Amino acid sequence: MEDVGSVVAFWLLGALTLGAALATALVRDLVRAVVALVLSFLGVAGLFVLLSADFLGVAQVLIYAGAIAVLIVFAIVLTPRAARDNAETAMRLPALALAGALVGLVMAVALATDWGEGARQGFADTAAAIGEALLSRYVLPFEVASVLLLAAMLGAIVLVRED
Amino acid sequence: MSVGLEHFLVLSALLFGVGLFMALSKRNIIGILMGIELMFNAVNLTLVSFARFLEGAERLSGQVFVVFSITVAAAEAAVALALAVAIYRRRQTVDVDRINLLRW
Repeated sequence: MEDVGSVVAFWLLGALTLGAALATALVRDLVRAVVALVLSFLGVAGLFVLLSADFLGVAQVLIYAGAIAVLIVFAIVLTPRAARDNAETAMRLPALALAGALVGLVMAVALATDWGEGARQGFADTAAAIGEALLSRYVLPFEVASVLLLAAMLGAIVLVRED
Repeated sequence: MSVGLEHFLVLSALLFGVGLFMALSKRNIIGILMGIELMFNAVNLTLVSFARFLEGAERLSGQVFVVFSITVAAAEAAVALALAVAIYRRRQTVDVDRINLLRW
């Protein structure tokens, strides 16, 4: 990715994604944290499109920024008398140290390894190719995923049913 | 100046770190779930960038894997938020410091 458009898009989308994620972690009010989280999801969708994964970008907007965000908002409004603040427990500093150590380790590995990047261009059309792969090579995981979704849906209904 | 695989890997690592911090330290169970969703996003971003930049015959497998990952994340979010609502109905709180039935 040498062209100016890709570079500018990467830095803008990266700053948006990471800044929104930090806002999710730091903002005091839970509803505002959800709004920042949606912004972060949209930034990741933009990065998917930049990486020539156009189908996944659309799926990210539909499922993460749409469905999961709505689910989280529903969970917040269904727990009305609980605290709405986004505060940390007493484990704040150990958690920060552990997360920082893991980030340092992963970054060191990512920068030290020679990945042997190909000079290949991005994909031309991913939606058709993903559909082909899902219904030929990956048909068994595809069916298992549909059973998993059915089980999760029934489980969610049973868990929140009032009787 | 160009953008390569390392840029995306570092960005994913930072995103994962923010998610891990939230999942480990938030008091509200919904905050923990938001951290888990951030970690899912970071891993998906890693998979898609490997699929884009690395050579190989089965390059699109990375993106197919992300399709499954998003599916599982949706199922996980539905069940986890239903659990949060069920716990709230019973205990009138979603504070993980006060949900300690399994503590010995």
